[in-house]
Amino acid sequence: MRAWFFSENAYHLLPDPKEYDSIRVKLPNRYYDPKIGADLYHRFIDEWQIAEDLGLEIMVNEHHQTATNLNPSAAVVMGALARDTRKARLLILGNPIANRREPVRVAEEMAMVDVYSRGRLECGFVRGVPYEISAGNHRPTRMMERFWEAHDLIVKAWTSHDGPFNWEGKYFHHREVNIWPRPYQEPHPPIWITALSPQSARDVGERGYVVACFLTGLDGTKAVFGHYRERRAELKLPTAAPDRFAYAALVYVGESDEAGYAGARKLMWYLESNKVPPQFTSPPGYHPTATTVNTMKGGSPGNFRLFQNPALGPLMEVGVVFAGNPDSVYGQIKKMYDHVGGFGHLLIMGQAGFLDHDETVKGMQMFAREVYPRLKELGPRA
Amino acid sequence: MTSNLSEHRLRVRGVDLEVVERGQGPTILWLHGEEGVDPGCPVLDLMAAHGRVLAPSHPGFGHSPDAAAIDTIDDLAYLYLDLLAEHDRREVVVIGCSLGGWIAAEMAVKCTDRLARLVLVGPLGIKVGDRETRDIPDIFALHPDEVRRLLYRDPSRATVDYAALTDDQLTVLARNREATALYAWEPYFHNPKLRQRLHRITVPTLLVWGADDRFVGAGYYGAAYRDAIPGARLLTIDGAGHFPHVEAPAALAACIRRFLDGHDG
Repeated sequence: MRAWFFSENAYHLLPDPKEYDSIRVKLPNRYYDPKIGADLYHRFIDEWQIAEDLGLEIMVNEHHQTATNLNPSAAVVMGALARDTRKARLLILGNPIANRREPVRVAEEMAMVDVYSRGRLECGFVRGVPYEISAGNHRPTRMMERFWEAHDLIVKAWTSHDGPFNWEGKYFHHREVNIWPRPYQEPHPPIWITALSPQSARDVGERGYVVACFLTGLDGTKAVFGHYRERRAELKLPTAAPDRFAYAALVYVGESDEAGYAGARKLMWYLESNKVPPQFTSPPGYHPTATTVNTMKGGSPGNFRLFQNPALGPLMEVGVVFAGNPDSVYGQIKKMYDHVGGFGHLLIMGQAGFLDHDETVKGMQMFAREVYPRLKELGPRA
Repeated sequence: MTSNLSEHRLRVRGVDLEVVERGQGPTILWLHGEEGVDPGCPVLDLMAAHGRVLAPSHPGFGHSPDAAAIDTIDDLAYLYLDLLAEHDRREVVVIGCSLGGWIAAEMAVKCTDRLARLVLVGPLGIKVGDRETRDIPDIFALHPDEVRRLLYRDPSRATVDYAALTDDQLTVLARNREATALYAWEPYFHNPKLRQRLHRITVPTLLVWGADDRFVGAGYYGAAYRDAIPGARLLTIDGAGHFPHVEAPAALAACIRRFLDGHDG
């Protein structure tokens, strides 16, 4: 198993939540102090470099118009990391391509990071969380259709080397597509895609890309990976290796269980501070109709019920948080591994909110030294 | 291309539509807005006293299936012009509410050959203000309670008790919201070109506005619409917000009846 360190690069110095009704989309940026923000950017880049030194891989994501994540352009921060690191794989998970007006621009940026890093880019494509709809300024309906057209155009731009082609699709039009640079890796950087619905998991499985699940816990993750494998079996495609499956959780390893829990509780800031009104959590057409109906009836999809009043115990129980001493954390990850039929990538959300630099580094060190060696033996490295 | 007319379904050039049909006589095409068609809405029966009311659910709304090739108001305008042509319906009265008014206006700027009269009830679809002023509040960025307050004179009557509804009713509510987003997301509830084309509407046109419409006002938006359509009249109805057919159906029906009888209103 491979482990990837990521942090949302949050800006956590916010007023009392009573003063605002949403941390996403509409929180005025007067609450953001660019001088503190600059220090935070440098701190987070330092932490990614430390992760590399500890033998971990690096993951970056992006969100828009939110204090929970100050990377509105994953390509920009990854450009810096491509220069400041030497050996770690660099995962962007990912580019919200259904929201982007110009997929060719994404193809260019990703090719640039790939060359800049001498072929260390792992390129993720995501649909984006519901709160990205307003900020991303794109229609929430028929998103996956647009997503796959953007994907097709990007892959064609990466793999065309004999001069321009034209694209006149349903959602995108582009003349004389002929990107410079072309990607460093052949035929292109490995592709990762996040999935939640059965259909998305099947679509990713069909293509054999890495499928990633975020905070979906034991059963949610098992379902997604299951749909991926099932689709491949239906098409009589080769069985997917563990390195086709990734799972993201909040992870904090301490010397004792109590120390691990204390770190994890600070990571839970990400869940606790996610104050978002309904118009941004449920844009029409984002969720399948049946899910919307279930929500109207008071149901919450999967683990989202647990996110409304987050508590460490229940979150650990369902596998959204891995925390404790090294043995405990190893046991929790192993349980997830066995439950979902194996996975090859652990995406570690290892910094959030008020977890300071020393605490973040301590958690990473404990993981890298005490847990990671055992995880590597769980499955073949990619 | 043939169409199969049944009590609850219409098929127009391969597009399936759920439809409410009432009454006898000349065709009255009722084009619903964001709220969808409520078969129990009294205004449908009131209008059925004057002709054959045909109230389709636009693709994606109600129980009308999604249609892969249809995703704009322009598509809907052509769809309903095709519907009128396929049965050679003439002297048709087209009534459209809110988003449905936008569809009706788009039909009329394309072709009025089959139309006798046009009634636009709180129609959306045009751009009046400058680039930094929304004419129409953003229902996708406002809290649902605030959206209700803007749309209804009496918001309490629009409060829905989800627990009291069947799965089918909830599904219709969800689909209506999804389809609204499909057609009206961007440009938001308008076609930048529509206003400059409204001069092409050459049939008698009545604009009706709820006097208490907090969503889009008659004095600003309604007046701009009226001024762009030659000879159009603008009337307001007391006791109604943005959906007069829901809050004041009898007054709306009376107002339309006078217009159909040849009075200016």
